Amino acid sequence: MARKTPSLISRYGADTGFMTFVAFLMAFLYIPIWVLIAFSFNDSRSLTWPLSGFTLDWYRKLAENSDLHAAIGNSFYVASLATVLTLLVGVPAAMVLHKVSFPGKSVFRRLILLPITLPGIVTGISMLNMFKLMGFPLSLETVVLGHATALLGVVVTQVYARLQRLPKSLEEAAYDLGATPWRTFVDVTLPNIRSAIIGAGLLSFVLSFDEIPVTFFLTGRDNTLPMYIYSTMRRGVTPEINAVGTIIVLLSLILIIVAVVAGRERKK
Amino acid sequence: MAAIIELENISKHYSPTIIGVDNVSLTVEDGEFVTLLGPSGCGKSTLLRMIGGFEEPTAGVIRLGDQDVTLDPPYKREVNMVFQDYALFPHMTIGENVAYGLKTFKLDKNTVRTRVKDALTLVGLYEKVNQRPQQLSGGQRQRIALARAIVRRPKVLLLDEPLSALDAKLREQMQIELKHLHEKIGITFIMVTHDQTEALVMSDRVVVMEKGRIAQQGRPQDLYDHPATPYVANFIGTTTFLPGTVADGADGVATIDVAGTRISAHPEIELAKGATVTVGLRPEKVKLLAEGETAENELEGKITEVIYYGLGLRISVALADGSKIDADTLLPDKLSHSTLPQVGAPVRLGVATHNIFVFEGKVTP
Ligand SMILES: Nc1ncnc2c1ncn2[C@@H]1O[C@H](COP(=O)(O)OP(=O)(O)OP(=O)(O)O)[C@@H](O)[C@H]1O
Ligand SMILES: [Mg+2]
Repeated sequence: MARKTPSLISRYGADTGFMTFVAFLMAFLYIPIWVLIAFSFNDSRSLTWPLSGFTLDWYRKLAENSDLHAAIGNSFYVASLATVLTLLVGVPAAMVLHKVSFPGKSVFRRLILLPITLPGIVTGISMLNMFKLMGFPLSLETVVLGHATALLGVVVTQVYARLQRLPKSLEEAAYDLGATPWRTFVDVTLPNIRSAIIGAGLLSFVLSFDEIPVTFFLTGRDNTLPMYIYSTMRRGVTPEINAVGTIIVLLSLILIIVAVVAGRERKK
Repeated sequence: MAAIIELENISKHYSPTIIGVDNVSLTVEDGEFVTLLGPSGCGKSTLLRMIGGFEEPTAGVIRLGDQDVTLDPPYKREVNMVFQDYALFPHMTIGENVAYGLKTFKLDKNTVRTRVKDALTLVGLYEKVNQRPQQLSGGQRQRIALARAIVRRPKVLLLDEPLSALDAKLREQMQIELKHLHEKIGITFIMVTHDQTEALVMSDRVVVMEKGRIAQQGRPQDLYDHPATPYVANFIGTTTFLPGTVADGADGVATIDVAGTRISAHPEIELAKGATVTVGLRPEKVKLLAEGETAENELEGKITEVIYYGLGLRISVALADGSKIDADTLLPDKLSHSTLPQVGAPVRLGVATHNIFVFEGKVTP
């Protein structure tokens, strides 16, 4: 008994220390977001403490801002198309990596990862050069191509990792039971990598949605939301920006919940 | 009986140096229960997987019935496999798992339902039809995997170490159940195992494999009583080996000098006088002789170890020249310490002439 007490105390001490650390960490991560949300409802233009009063004016202003609406629309357009494109290329690429063995496979796997490890600036400039060489006019579609390229690695790694964890015998069992390779993919492989595909898709969407460097080089006259915010910010942070930020936080929250619900493996 | 599977000079070379299966020919009769037995890496799984269509042989022909199926993919073969890890689909219920193999047959719904029900009833798990594989125990999953394979009524059922994931008690029970199932449905079974007891208990015929080749095949009792090589003698049952020299090898009976003693044996091979041989003795055929008791062949030595294993004792004995042999004694009565053989005590061992194996050459497996 006598020996147990000190260890109990020290463990309690360690626990408190750890909890304090976690509390600081959470504060560090979340206080800025709470500040942003608070100021978006503050009825003063200047961003100074204490808050002066409650207002929905900034949100009303957003509702009237047609430039902002266009930017949001563009962002959704770009993020959706880039996500679909990167999934259409990335999932089959992961399947090929998983199934086929060929000389130089590990080099190929790293090459696919290259665009995401390269700084966006490099991807942006090089794709800009390419489009210029090919005589492609810059537009939202070139941004889509840029994002899809940069995000390919995300999809391939996530889906490939899941495929690697899938027992080989599962697909073999399907063949054994009379399923052709295509039926096997649809009936057995796809349901078992579904959550990885959904997860990779949502991540791609979010990453594309707030991407700046690649967009900066590849967009034509149209602006995406982050670009729009960035350009208005040159006049300083305004409460409208805070309101936009709050809406994005809300949307992200919804996306995360969707991801968790959709990606949950069916246990029952 | 007609042959259902014919393997003709089948080889699988993964690379010039990695040889999975080496020139194997094997015929399996319709309705037979054949077991491929051998240590890890001897190529049993590779052979089974080539019959199932999961690996392509680098040479040879595989016939199913009278059809050449060597290059057919698995989904075109009337053969089904029970996988070692069962490979049940986690996203489907038990019923959906079993019904999956009937999908390609384009049967009407009622037929599918009855066949699934019949298969699940056969393995005694119809009440689990709406559960998921994750909710079942290992033994239950094993049975579902069986039901899923036999529901298609294949010509041949392949089983890759089907019982290896089960604990000892359940494994024994399933061995008998599988054997009964085989008798009941009359489908040909080809099973892979590295467990010799399993092979002996369950099969009509055992094929012992060694380094990608067939070492010997035959009925369990034939392999046990007439092993062709020391390798087989040691893999089917236990055998202790002693080096010997032929003193006289006249028709059917040979006298052999072993460990300073002369013994006689009925070798199954021709032996020249003076030839070097290896004598094999099964511990269960070596008897501890009591005072005054005699045997056809007698060996003397000192007890070096006594191991108690419930059913009986295994006694290690060092002979005069230092070589060692084992003798098993059963314990029909409860042990009394006074009668227990003591380490260090001198003993006489007896072996009947027809229980001695003689192999050519000097081999230590
Ligand atoms: N896909 C593969 N690529 C290369 N070599 C392989 C492959 N599969 C098996 N081998 C080799 O072929 C040989 C036979 O393997 P196999 O799996 O048939 O053995 P096994 O008798 O089933 O052994 P175990 O009891 O361990 O399952 C082994 O030497 C193994 O290393
Ligand atoms: Mg194996």
